[in-house]
Amino acid sequence: MKLKGAQILLRCLEEEGVDTIFGYPGGAVLPIYDALYDSNIRHILVRHEQGAAHAADGYARATGKVGVCIATSGPGATNLVTGIATAYMDSIPLVCFTGQVATHMIGKDAFQEADITGITLPITKHNYLIERTEDVARVVREAFYIARTNRPGPVVVDLPRDVMENVIDYESDKEEICIRGYRVMKGFNSGQVIAAVDLIRKAERPVIYAGGGVISSDASLELRELAEKRKIPVTTTLMGMGAFPSNHYLSLGMLGMHGTRYANYAISESDLIIAVGVRFDDRVTGKLDDFAPHARIIHIDIDAAEIGKNVDVDVPIVGQVKEVLAAINQRLDSVEEYTEWHKTIDRWKDEYPLVYGAPSEERIMPQHIIEVISEITQGKAIITTEVGQNQMWAAQYYKFKYPRTFISSGGLGTMGFGFPAAIGAKVARPDLPVFDIAGDGSIQMNIQELATAVQYKLPVIICILNNQYLGMVRQWQGLFYKGRYAYTDVSHQPDFVRLAEAYGAVGMRIKDSSEVEKAIREALEIKDRPVVIDFWVEREADVYPMVPPGKSLIEMLGGD
Amino acid sequence: MKKHILSVTVENKPGVLTRVATLFRRRGYNIESLAVGETENPSISRMTIVVNGDDRIIEQVTKQLYKLVDVIKIVDISEEKRVERELVLIKVKADATVRTEIVQIVEIFRARIVDIGRDSLIIEATGDSGKIDAIEDSLRPFGIIELVRTGKIAMVRGGSRG
Repeated sequence: MKLKGAQILLRCLEEEGVDTIFGYPGGAVLPIYDALYDSNIRHILVRHEQGAAHAADGYARATGKVGVCIATSGPGATNLVTGIATAYMDSIPLVCFTGQVATHMIGKDAFQEADITGITLPITKHNYLIERTEDVARVVREAFYIARTNRPGPVVVDLPRDVMENVIDYESDKEEICIRGYRVMKGFNSGQVIAAVDLIRKAERPVIYAGGGVISSDASLELRELAEKRKIPVTTTLMGMGAFPSNHYLSLGMLGMHGTRYANYAISESDLIIAVGVRFDDRVTGKLDDFAPHARIIHIDIDAAEIGKNVDVDVPIVGQVKEVLAAINQRLDSVEEYTEWHKTIDRWKDEYPLVYGAPSEERIMPQHIIEVISEITQGKAIITTEVGQNQMWAAQYYKFKYPRTFISSGGLGTMGFGFPAAIGAKVARPDLPVFDIAGDGSIQMNIQELATAVQYKLPVIICILNNQYLGMVRQWQGLFYKGRYAYTDVSHQPDFVRLAEAYGAVGMRIKDSSEVEKAIREALEIKDRPVVIDFWVEREADVYPMVPPGKSLIEMLGGD
Repeated sequence: MKKHILSVTVENKPGVLTRVATLFRRRGYNIESLAVGETENPSISRMTIVVNGDDRIIEQVTKQLYKLVDVIKIVDISEEKRVERELVLIKVKADATVRTEIVQIVEIFRARIVDIGRDSLIIEATGDSGKIDAIEDSLRPFGIIELVRTGKIAMVRGGSRG
């Protein structure tokens, strides 16, 4: 059959099961958009390419499927870069298609030419520049395969205009994917599993430290089985929120810089850490030399390069978290004891619960808003966040119960991520309420996507915790720079209610704690357009507890 | 810190060298020398990379390299019995008064004279790093005008493949 490169591309996407693409058209991708016009694949037109990358990312995080976005050459492609880097740091499977100038123009500094494969080299799992229409089908298949297998990540496929325009004879062949330098990880070292089981049996003060790998490996049930069988307390990273129910009696909540005191104390006092799908990030470990001084460490991860990268471990197990946990569980019997360790942790939980102060008049405590959303939705909602205080309060105060319900830029810390990610999540999961917990700073970084949400009637609820500051930076200035608030006051800001209305969204302004619940319930009733709630919160509320940078996990400030 | 020789087979495709070099730069590892060329299989290239580091660094380098889709195999041949070669071209000042002396040095090192100018010679030498360093030192007193040295290439002795 005679087909254009662009038509072959679309057929391959359909074969991959792609139902939605987030994108923005332009000159170099005209042939692709023309083919897309005849396709059953849904195209969501964003208002800035960064929004497309984050929306595809939100879609991927909400479903576990590969997210797909498309942008034109040059500035279209470079606008994806922050979104690609965000997905790379958090190991999210994305395939990003970029337009490129025609092959004979490459390297001539043509109009809207950018070396996007060069630019994205260090922030992609792999990338391709397709030079022949004959390679389109193979490369697209490989791109999806690489994006979703092993440790997932973003793959960029650069598509020169002529490669998409050329017509070739094409028959779909389901050839086995064979990449010499890339093997999908199967199995694990069972000797290491036996060693791990042995350590778990002997441990007196074990803690499970679980991260995003549990979610991407779909291993929440196995994690819970391990915890319940051996009565092991579980703390999760920011990326691991939802991997273990927050209201479970064994849950310690989040650990690290803004983790709970009891999680950080438990890690510091433990004699065995079972690290599952994590990478010992600096925001988690605090000062490395003082991290878990008494503990032996079992580290389970799909990526061999994470083993021993930051800390030395006693029992490394490279493999799919789900398979490895199942193998460990199989070899372990249940215990019933309530030990000294549990008593100690219960005492810490009683002594150091998460607390926050009383609001002043006409101002709401931001933590209260998260608690109300948590109370109303009971974990049955998707919470995305921007970055900064809003993100930490959401992680601390929302009671996550299910995987894939917390969507946040953990590794890169991308302001402007939450709202487009919420759009992607809502497209993927129309059955669940979707909240973007935002700051007044972050929301302005991708606010143009209100037009997208209105156009596609996506009832995303944006809760702006408006303190008229770049709050987290201001907090650090307060703590470490003598209160010199250099350029963090953003009180010169738009009227968010009128801005929402100008876009065709619903806008609300809430200044009184007693109105918080009513506003959220009202927002949940709106089914055909986004809602922006501008909550005026206590201006100088800080996120506590906190491990100051470079300090150990037990040297926490606040919350005592 | 120890010198390690990594023999890395990669896809013979444009951009692969950049991927490898970018990885070293981004993770903060320094490449001491690098030689790349096609192998007996034209779709595969071999990179011989000399890198300084303790075992932990080399383990990280190796694991990170394996994550590159275009990298097929990595062997650390530092501990293997091997043949190592580098090639150097040295342009040295050589007027009539010193030519005989230089020719003697060239013979001792089993090197070759590959170009003769009015007041200069180009000398080609191959060998392991020690020999190349030695010939360079021996010629330096005459005045080295220009020197080009390749990266190290290496092969494991005996019938096995590296």
